[in-house]
Amino acid sequence: MSSEAEAVPFRILPRLTDANREFWQGGEVNELRFWRCQDCAQYIHPPLPICPSCHGKNLRVEPVSGRATLTTFSVNHQAWMPGPELPYCVAIIEIMEDPRVRLTTNIVNCDHDALVIGMPLRAIFEHHVDPEGDVWIPLFEPEVKP
Amino acid sequence: MTHSQTANEIIERRACISGVGQSDVGRRLFRDPLELTLDACLAAIDHAGLTTSDIDGLATYPGPMSTPAGFSGAGAYDVMDALRLNCGWYSGGLETSGQLGSVINACLAVASGLANHVLCFRSVWEGSAQGGQGRSSVMPGGSGGSFKASGFMEWTLPFSAPSAAIWIAQFAQRHFHLYGTTKEQMGWIAINARRNAALNPKAIYTEPMSMDDYLNARVISTPFGLFDCDAPCDGATAMIVSRLDRAHDLRNPPLRVEAVGSAIHGRPSWDQFDDLSTMANRDAGAQMWSRTDLKPSDVQMLQAYDGFTFLTMSWIEALGFCKVGESGPFIDGGTRIARDGELPLNTHGGQLSGGRLHGYGFLHEAATQMWGQAGARQIARNVEVGAVAAGGGNTCGCLLLVKD
Ligand SMILES: [Zn+2]
Repeated sequence: MSSEAEAVPFRILPRLTDANREFWQGGEVNELRFWRCQDCAQYIHPPLPICPSCHGKNLRVEPVSGRATLTTFSVNHQAWMPGPELPYCVAIIEIMEDPRVRLTTNIVNCDHDALVIGMPLRAIFEHHVDPEGDVWIPLFEPEVKP
Repeated sequence: MTHSQTANEIIERRACISGVGQSDVGRRLFRDPLELTLDACLAAIDHAGLTTSDIDGLATYPGPMSTPAGFSGAGAYDVMDALRLNCGWYSGGLETSGQLGSVINACLAVASGLANHVLCFRSVWEGSAQGGQGRSSVMPGGSGGSFKASGFMEWTLPFSAPSAAIWIAQFAQRHFHLYGTTKEQMGWIAINARRNAALNPKAIYTEPMSMDDYLNARVISTPFGLFDCDAPCDGATAMIVSRLDRAHDLRNPPLRVEAVGSAIHGRPSWDQFDDLSTMANRDAGAQMWSRTDLKPSDVQMLQAYDGFTFLTMSWIEALGFCKVGESGPFIDGGTRIARDGELPLNTHGGQLSGGRLHGYGFLHEAATQMWGQAGARQIARNVEVGAVAAGGGNTCGCLLLVKD
């Protein structure tokens, strides 16, 4: 869960909109959420005003399990901007419910030498206080800690 | 003209490259980027044997942009006004099939009769703009404050992933995982570029690089180290795309555009693309070969984008010079891709060592080699068929050039 006891790193936060608010604030109740077409069950990410499969507009935000698979990653050593302590792991993950839904994210609580493509992960959330609306950044950690 | 697959004309064959030009190139020139742009444009017009009154079309990438700093030295209107051009057609913009998408647009413009001679240019001054602070200085939000991420950056910036180095490193990592590709194999792209740059008087980095030098370089974002990343610089590159039937009496033998590739079939996204071990170049490459009876084995030279080493490997696979997943063994040892190898690659030093002229440098070099004007780095054999490719991720374009 959000490790507010530890220092929260600087992050550029997303500009919140009606389309993305549920995604970025779901972490408040520990939920990873995506828009989903209620007619054809397609998950939609990033958010769109219509379903890209059936073009319907009967869309709703639904929580998923937060379980995911590591698709690929890179351990970044370069200080591009203020951010997490170097080096940190940037990764692309696929959610368990639909491998076509991916997120760029960070893998945390994992030795970088233990990162293996295909490893199971679970979402945790990093709370950022902001006057325009708090944000919970979805990060991932190994489902089974090594 | 016959074609086995379709009765439809391959319309880009009405186009050719008739001249190229380039400004001074340097790490930090601190010159007016419009001046560099115009130097390149006038050089290309003169090289073709034309004058500004002959130019009736204009194409550029990415158009005028104030951020990232140095990414664009001039837009179409800047050059149109400075050279007092009268245009039948013009286009400038970012949303196209890579940097060479602008050249492909120009081919279609001359083929359709909207223009006879299109001036194409790409101008950068990233070296000066970044000053001594390097690339970090131009990252969005790099100065902190209340900046908020939106658009596609909404999905990368909050995760401290602002750079294409990180995004493309992840493609490389997946390729390593699926196919057993190694860092040492990838290194041959950088070493090959460096040894070619030594013979290019305009190149940024010319001192010899060994495999140890490559492997021991500072880590940027695994598996990329410093020498997997191209060298920001200042400089402008231009070329003339002419109607083939108006080019036969010009100064250089026309380099016919045999086929182009501009396709993208997956989602136009760095992280949602269907196969993260390849890119839109997969689709652009397949499209290009579907438009010609020539085969990869007919190609005598490849100039392929190396903003990062892995992008060149990705193009080698996408263009069918080896099977998918086999670019590592293909380039291993660096002999096949050397200037005297079976597929000379990035003979000017690419962007890795020659400087990040951003896409256009590869077409400039291809034409220069095919005209036998490459000086000390000239490929010994006569190059009659050359392939040029630029871009990566969701923005990829390629051309096949033929000297008849
Ligand atoms: Zn639907």
